[in-house]
Amino acid sequence: MKKLFVLMTLMLSFSVAAVIDVYDFESEEQEALFRTLTAELRCPKCQNNNLADSNASLAKDMRTKTYHMVIEGKTEDEIVTYWIDRFGNFVLYKPPVTLGTAILWVGPGLFVILGGIIIVRNSRRKVRVETDDSDDELTGAEKDRLAKILKDSEK
Amino acid sequence: MTNDVKKKKQLMTRLIPLIVFLCVSIFLYIGLFRDATVLESTFIGRPVPEFALNDLVEPELQHDKSVLSGKPMLLNVWATWCPTCYAEHKYLNELAEDGVYIVGMNYKDDRKKALRWLEELDNPYKISLYDPDGMLGLDLGVYGAPETFFIDSKGIIQYKHVGDINPRNWNGELKAVYEQLK
Amino acid sequence: MIPEIGHFSLIVATALSFLLAIYPLIGAKINHPGMINSAKPLAIMQFLLMSLSFAVLTYAFATDDFSVGYVATNSNTLLPLQYKISAVWGGHEGSLLLWSLTLAIWTAAVAVFSRGIPKVALARVLAVMGMIAIGFNLFILLTSNPFDRTLPYLPLDGNDLNPLLQDVGLIFHPPMLYMGYVGFSVAFAFAIAALMAGRLDSAWARWSRPWTLVAWVFLTAGIALGSWWAYYELGWGGWWFWDPVENSSFMPWLAGTALIHSLAVSEKRGVFKSWTVLLSISAFSLSLLGTFLVRSGVLVSVHAFASDPARGLFILAFLIAVVGGSLLLYAVKGSEIKSRGKYGLFSRETFLLVNNVLLIAALLVVLIGTLLPLVHKELGMGSISIGVPFFNNIFFYIMIPFAIALGVAPLLRWKKQEADLRPLFIQLAVSAVASIVLAIAIPAIVADSIKIVAVVGLALAFWVIITSVLEVYIRATHRHSFASGITKLGRSHWAMVLGHVGLAMMLIGISATQNYKIEKDLRMVPGDEVVFADYLFEFERIGEANGSNYEGYKAVFNISKNGKFETVMHAEKRSYFAQRSMPMTEAAIDWGVTRDLYIALGEQLADDSWAIRIYYEPFIRFIWWGGLVMSIGGLLAVSDRRYRFVNKRVAKAQ
Repeated sequence: MKKLFVLMTLMLSFSVAAVIDVYDFESEEQEALFRTLTAELRCPKCQNNNLADSNASLAKDMRTKTYHMVIEGKTEDEIVTYWIDRFGNFVLYKPPVTLGTAILWVGPGLFVILGGIIIVRNSRRKVRVETDDSDDELTGAEKDRLAKILKDSEK
Repeated sequence: MTNDVKKKKQLMTRLIPLIVFLCVSIFLYIGLFRDATVLESTFIGRPVPEFALNDLVEPELQHDKSVLSGKPMLLNVWATWCPTCYAEHKYLNELAEDGVYIVGMNYKDDRKKALRWLEELDNPYKISLYDPDGMLGLDLGVYGAPETFFIDSKGIIQYKHVGDINPRNWNGELKAVYEQLK
Repeated sequence: MIPEIGHFSLIVATALSFLLAIYPLIGAKINHPGMINSAKPLAIMQFLLMSLSFAVLTYAFATDDFSVGYVATNSNTLLPLQYKISAVWGGHEGSLLLWSLTLAIWTAAVAVFSRGIPKVALARVLAVMGMIAIGFNLFILLTSNPFDRTLPYLPLDGNDLNPLLQDVGLIFHPPMLYMGYVGFSVAFAFAIAALMAGRLDSAWARWSRPWTLVAWVFLTAGIALGSWWAYYELGWGGWWFWDPVENSSFMPWLAGTALIHSLAVSEKRGVFKSWTVLLSISAFSLSLLGTFLVRSGVLVSVHAFASDPARGLFILAFLIAVVGGSLLLYAVKGSEIKSRGKYGLFSRETFLLVNNVLLIAALLVVLIGTLLPLVHKELGMGSISIGVPFFNNIFFYIMIPFAIALGVAPLLRWKKQEADLRPLFIQLAVSAVASIVLAIAIPAIVADSIKIVAVVGLALAFWVIITSVLEVYIRATHRHSFASGITKLGRSHWAMVLGHVGLAMMLIGISATQNYKIEKDLRMVPGDEVVFADYLFEFERIGEANGSNYEGYKAVFNISKNGKFETVMHAEKRSYFAQRSMPMTEAAIDWGVTRDLYIALGEQLADDSWAIRIYYEPFIRFIWWGGLVMSIGGLLAVSDRRYRFVNKRVAKAQ
């Protein structure tokens, strides 16, 4: 039985269907960068998979190319820009911050602010006298019955 | 403010969810008739990137981006593993006979299979590029086959069509795009 | 002949839905007792017929009746029986039949278990549910009939169920989800019925609440189940991808969670009524929207059913009718809903409302994040993708105020906090300090690095737990000693505690696993070993492993920790006969309270070694156990004494 300590620099990546690519990295930072990239980059032809999880041949090519760029020392921004240059913003799971996508942050943000304003305003409101709950009031007989039930339940 | 004005303002406020919903519904409706998987190209208006690919028929011959300029042309990305390319091929033959200048790019394919294909089905391509590892494909944003780029004489990509070219879409909109290439 | 019986029952059930939608509603309008009382028997008949229809389809699967097209597409003679039965809802048509059956179940349940509700109100509620049933049943009959025959062709065998679905997860996950989605239609029906009648007294919230709670419990459990299933089935160690179909289940859940809290306040305090009505409409509307998104092909997703624009059109029309109609009704009749009573700024009401706002803000994030790519592209601005990095980031920031407010709210009084806030502030300050200290100390001791994001997550989790315990103590010792006081706390109260603690458990699981997970992809031959996170993984051997409808390989690993043997793990790779598209991974998972070890077997490589993926996932079980605890909390809330049928006398008096 061979005892072999496999070094952390040996690296493969594959997906559900277990397609294997063999990659060697020079450092943990590089490996971490590769993992981050293949998680945030999207496979352009798949049904919503990132590069890491996809077994499409295009995804494999993109992984290989990404690996080479990581080894060359390119930064995350440079590699992402490389892919966006070729496939557009679709290929990144982080949406660009533009006027068109502003609603992603502004929408919920405005809602929170609006909600806050309404909460503060309502807490200062005077009690409304008119109600439609007149039938919520108990009659005398019902009040007696209520008292009896409460007494029963405390036994 | 008066009670009536206040009531009206409250009604307007309560209508907001309905209005938002109806607006969203319009987009949902439109979405039903679109293909969600089609990606637009980032190369419209941009020149063809640098590359060095061997010829499909003559392996020793090398091509660079100069073969993709000089006149208006189509660059057709195809492969033998792609059934839609098979369907499109006959029509490409017809277009080539009509004088449409088509350059072929065999994408991530086996050379022998590709050559046999061209022999059996006729060859509409004035030049056949061979991209076995798909690297030019990556540089052009190709994500499947068949895809066809419409390139003008300056080597600028003016349009990209995803999917097969058939009589319906050629006579529909693609022919006009081709004829407008300068 | 038998499938035709199923088809026929469905048609009759649809006819009954029409009757149920119209008859009692007219009766309620003109106050005709006969017509009003017809709602209950109609609902029960509808349920019986839908059950028959569904039973027939199940029978067709169980007996391998491939003359029925749907059975041929989704089943196979070699399929084990339990998967043949769950294959009934494995595809579009059958899952819709399940949807419709679930609706019939809920409708009948509301008809039968509503003794305390005035018959007129009940008639309206059931009529609304009948209207929804019309929509679904017509959809099935006209566009998605599972009983269509393939005759005169008869396939010798079926296509087989997608191997990814041949798992116990398929048996439970869709039914539970549907019970949740459809269950929100009850709250919806109550809201619509109240708007129609033009009155919304406090009793409305009391009637609606238990039904909504049960639906919420099912949805919570269904989502947690789906997440767990994806984790152990798919081989990527993940548990949530923010995929459009996943988001379609999460959105009703967010609305539903806001709703159960808002209903509680409306019931107890008579406030937030208009907001609660809007939430009731929204929760079910989001269920319907989800149904549309998943089945129309409008969004790209791995989970989506096969799409068809004609079907999408029908669902969209139905969606516009139901949601548009209800929102219009809300706009026009909403003025009749008045909340009386007020509350101070520093009160439980306020903090509940704050968290309601945050929940809906989160809902908006998911909704906009899911739909914006579609809108963006249609407006000609190009294709974009919105996924994990965006959602995880935003939810981290929303969670911070949410968890903080969640801890504070139970400690506050209703309506107005008493004048001297100093004891409260001291309690909160001590809890905060304790949470932060624990959040730093635990990673410092157990993990090899302290990550800020993890510390924040853990601090929020401990904050929720500590304030919950504190609140229990304060409540229990309010008038009694602790020992006797704690027995007097009602189930409703424990429900709240469990619900919140469940969330805290999820936060612990998420914080630990997002920040301290270790993934290794390795090339190994039998005999190789690897060490990390104090564990030794020894690849002992690899052999064949075949089943009734597949063949494959099994890798055997011996696991030791700190020199001591712990367990053996078997990771498999299977190729299913009927679908040769790709081999499936059956990951080996050694689960534990504090960590999961996860091994997935890949392909054999050129040099005869094997690709092995190993994960170490700390505290990942807490995510699903947290969901389970939340569900138990919900169940406790429903089983509270107040909802029992003590009021037989009251019902008789009506």
